[in-house]
Amino acid sequence: MEKNINITLRIWRQKGPKEKGAFKEYSLQNISTESSFLEMLDVLNEQLINNGEDPVVFDHDCREGICGMCSLYINGHPHGPDEDVTTCQLHMRKFNDGDVITVEPWRSAGFPVIRDLMVDRSAFDKIMQAGGYISVNTGGVPDANAIPIPKANADEAMDAATCIGCGACVAACKNGSAMLFVSAKVSQLALLPQGRIEAARRAKAMLSKMDELGFGNCTNTGACEAECPKNISITNIARLNREFIKAKLKD
Amino acid sequence: MWLLNSSIGKKVVMSLTGLFLILFLTFHMSMNLVAIFSAEGYNAVCEFLGANWYALAGTAVIAAGAVLHILFALWLTYINRRARGKDRYKVSERPKEVEWASQNMLVLGIIVVIGIALHLYQFWFKMQFNEITGILPEVNPHDGYALIAETLGNPIMAVIYLVWFAAIWFHLTHGFWSAIQTLGWNNKIWLSRWKCISNIYTTILCLGFAVVAIYFGFIA
Repeated sequence: MEKNINITLRIWRQKGPKEKGAFKEYSLQNISTESSFLEMLDVLNEQLINNGEDPVVFDHDCREGICGMCSLYINGHPHGPDEDVTTCQLHMRKFNDGDVITVEPWRSAGFPVIRDLMVDRSAFDKIMQAGGYISVNTGGVPDANAIPIPKANADEAMDAATCIGCGACVAACKNGSAMLFVSAKVSQLALLPQGRIEAARRAKAMLSKMDELGFGNCTNTGACEAECPKNISITNIARLNREFIKAKLKD
Repeated sequence: MWLLNSSIGKKVVMSLTGLFLILFLTFHMSMNLVAIFSAEGYNAVCEFLGANWYALAGTAVIAAGAVLHILFALWLTYINRRARGKDRYKVSERPKEVEWASQNMLVLGIIVVIGIALHLYQFWFKMQFNEITGILPEVNPHDGYALIAETLGNPIMAVIYLVWFAAIWFHLTHGFWSAIQTLGWNNKIWLSRWKCISNIYTTILCLGFAVVAIYFGFIA
């Protein structure tokens, strides 16, 4: 049922990576509960621009929950209070008239703030470059059914592959650990015969890159899984641990 | 050395020392229960595990396990706090799926260490250490039963021990399955099974300890 609500936003404003940030409050009137969270921020930015102020900088792209660009730590949860959705899929019907909504950037040493709510997540790209791929020789395309893959493995690999790399796991983790992301990326390949060949090298390379970039150590709190918009399971972390320990024992 | 250099390696050290300490606690709890049934039986255990070479070697291994576990905990916590960054969240909510203990392992660990210090002073110092050094000639190092009766006979002390056991319970309900998870011995089916096993095992372990404290503090 559509209605309009009045809200107060408490948003983190920070001019640049080195500047000191602070919270600033904004009131918004007549926000439709049908609008998405990002549309509400668009309304705010339009208001700010009309008043001659700097708009709030935030990451977004596809706005349909698949690109992994949107972030935002809303009222104590990455991607907001709704379950298993990204911020762009969060709607204002989850909020009530008169609510004060606190919006913060991902806070982690691995994701430095660029400006306002936008953080630098290129660390994830560096981890992927360290080994999140399979080496293939170009040439004729092999037949898709030439290598049989058990259904259960294919399903689990597909579940791991739904990770969009948004970084909510790092944002939710009290240790700033990227283990859920790395484990999903290791699992999606380790479970399939094509990825199996380089599995040991991949696990070692991606994990050491993760450590090098200053992410923390997993203590199995499970906050990452609880906040993940794609419901990636922490059993992937067990698989990464297994792959890594096996690889190191073999060396 | 990957056990020192990599994040998973450091956690493997935490897991193995943690599981080893759980095993030690299991033996310790079983021996304590003897005290409820028989004073002579308990003192026989004390004499058997006095200051023989094997008891001393065992003590050294257990101490090494505990020290490694604590040092790695401090080291990992330092790295984790640094990884979290300088700015903290203003509003942060614990998702309902996350156990309270899992986010407070260090605090619980510190309570456990304080308990260990008290416990070592009250028992180990007067028993094994006394037997080697003869520092307290008036205390018989093999009369463990009398020591328990005297120390836990004070209900306040019994309550302090019960609080200590509660902290161990919280620490282990998360620590047990978490150690298994870190060693990679987990999957979608076993995740909930290990959590259940953790809870049951830890509860039995802590009840075993608690029964002795309650018996000597409030019944005997």
